Amino acid sequence: MPGLRDEKKLKAIALSLRRDILSMITRAGSGHPGGSLSAVELVSALYHGEMNYDPKNPKAPNRDRFILSKGHCCPVLYATLASVGAIPRASLWTLRKLHSPLQGHPCRLKMPQIEVSTGSLGQGISVGVGMALAARLDHASWRTYVLMGDGECQEGELWEAAMTAGVKKLDNLVGIVDYNHVQQTHPVKEIKDIEPLADKWRAFGWHAIQIDGNNYPAIFKALDEARATKGKPTVIIASTQKGKGVSFMEGDPAFHGKSPNPQEYVKAMAELGVDVSGGKTYE
Amino acid sequence: MSNPTTAKPEMIATRDAYGKILLEMGAKYPDLVVCDADLSGSTRTEWFGQKYPERFHDNGIAEQDMVNVGAGFALSGHRVVCSSFSIFGSRAWEQIRNTAARAKIGILFAFTHAGLSVGEDGASAQANEDVAIMRAIPDVKVIVPADATETKKSVPWVLEHLDGPYYMRFSRAKVPVAFGDDYQFELGKGVVVREGSDVSIIACGQMVAISLTAADDLAKEGIQARVINMASIKPVDEALIVKAAKETGAVVTAEEHSIIGGLGSAVCEVLSEKLPTPVERIGVRDCFGESGTPDELFDIYGLSKRHIVAAAKKAIRRTE
Repeated sequence: MPGLRDEKKLKAIALSLRRDILSMITRAGSGHPGGSLSAVELVSALYHGEMNYDPKNPKAPNRDRFILSKGHCCPVLYATLASVGAIPRASLWTLRKLHSPLQGHPCRLKMPQIEVSTGSLGQGISVGVGMALAARLDHASWRTYVLMGDGECQEGELWEAAMTAGVKKLDNLVGIVDYNHVQQTHPVKEIKDIEPLADKWRAFGWHAIQIDGNNYPAIFKALDEARATKGKPTVIIASTQKGKGVSFMEGDPAFHGKSPNPQEYVKAMAELGVDVSGGKTYE
Repeated sequence: MSNPTTAKPEMIATRDAYGKILLEMGAKYPDLVVCDADLSGSTRTEWFGQKYPERFHDNGIAEQDMVNVGAGFALSGHRVVCSSFSIFGSRAWEQIRNTAARAKIGILFAFTHAGLSVGEDGASAQANEDVAIMRAIPDVKVIVPADATETKKSVPWVLEHLDGPYYMRFSRAKVPVAFGDDYQFELGKGVVVREGSDVSIIACGQMVAISLTAADDLAKEGIQARVINMASIKPVDEALIVKAAKETGAVVTAEEHSIIGGLGSAVCEVLSEKLPTPVERIGVRDCFGESGTPDELFDIYGLSKRHIVAAAKKAIRRTE
């Protein structure tokens, strides 16, 4: 994908992705809107403006790898893959339906664009470490990006992997934490505070960058810094807004894993500039 | 049909045979990567690691991470083996299930120090549930080699056919070499190692060798026991199990594992559906072990020759 970093164009893409995410989840009747909406800028920045990725050739050996470790937020990944032309747009409306390649959590056997099946937290970063080690062993130049959740940072395996990557000095690996501050039932700091998060990663041998994760220029600046950082892996701790873009979903744990009801859907889409009242469908 | 060796067999731990063949595989497969979790001196992956340090990844004491790091290597085009002790590798059950198996990733999980014969380390180290755990996961194939020869033959087979996750377990203790070098491993196939018409003893791991000695004792009492080596527990050789049940009428299963979920369960599942037959299961009877020598533990926990002999007679009695 040629690097698209024009903020205005990307913001238009982000708006479209948010409409898609809400429509997908509403049609599915279930899913995770909050953490999908928070990660829109992060995932779209990677696919549109950062990674070496050819949507027509998803298995190109030298492609950069993306792992959605917070697999429950796959609507943002599917919508982004459609936006770059990697999967058909019409397939978005099959999310979570029987025989759909758009499984409730990503499945590489059903969708070749998925690098590794995810859905159980804490595991994606380990797979990313393995991929980064493999790239180094094979003298390959491709890079690996892993998107994690903030609540996911409570998983022990994540820190096992963080230690492995730090010790192995994997500068071809980028971790991104979608720090939207809310996990399934409550704010992260009320369940089990993960702070001081950047210090934790640094203590494990990573270069840590803290940014506004809903801001494209900040994201690209951090990704460039990660690329320029040698001798250690980089983690981008991206502070985001859970449910970003829909006023009544923002920061509300209720929309972590719940589909909007028909009234909420109409209201949310109106906020995103689309009229779906009276049963009008959004395609 | 293979030739079981007789009288004073050589004693080799299958972990040693595993380490040796893995080293050979390093030359055969330049893409082979071996991962371990700080137990390489004991699992014998150290031998591979010393010769191929660039393709050896010691992940430290972090088995969950190791499983998925292995998955990352495999997804990047490498043939991957992950080793640990059976008990510690099994703690990564969910990683094996959700990443390795669900994504159908070609990895050989080769875990050593399986079963009661770990001995003196006691219950915490004696994995008697690993086969049950792995067998329950879709797309995971489970192989328990009987001896050094079968280890030497089956590991290359698996690495050549690595079409998804495989689980193999090896022993810490030295076990009798039961097969000659003409033995050939085939996934999903059991092997009749001794013919007999009165009862079938279906065994895996070192219980094959013990079952052969039990068959000798039974023969002295006029009971002809067929002994089957069922290294391939998943897929299991249904046809051979049904044939044995049909021809001998009584079955004993023998494994160094819990009677829940392992070979005994697999055989009972087949027979209850295909040909209900009296089955007696030799194995750890839903309890934890303790410290002791392997022989002492086998005797106390019901895995010795005399227990197999008694189970065979009981199975036969149940047909009357």
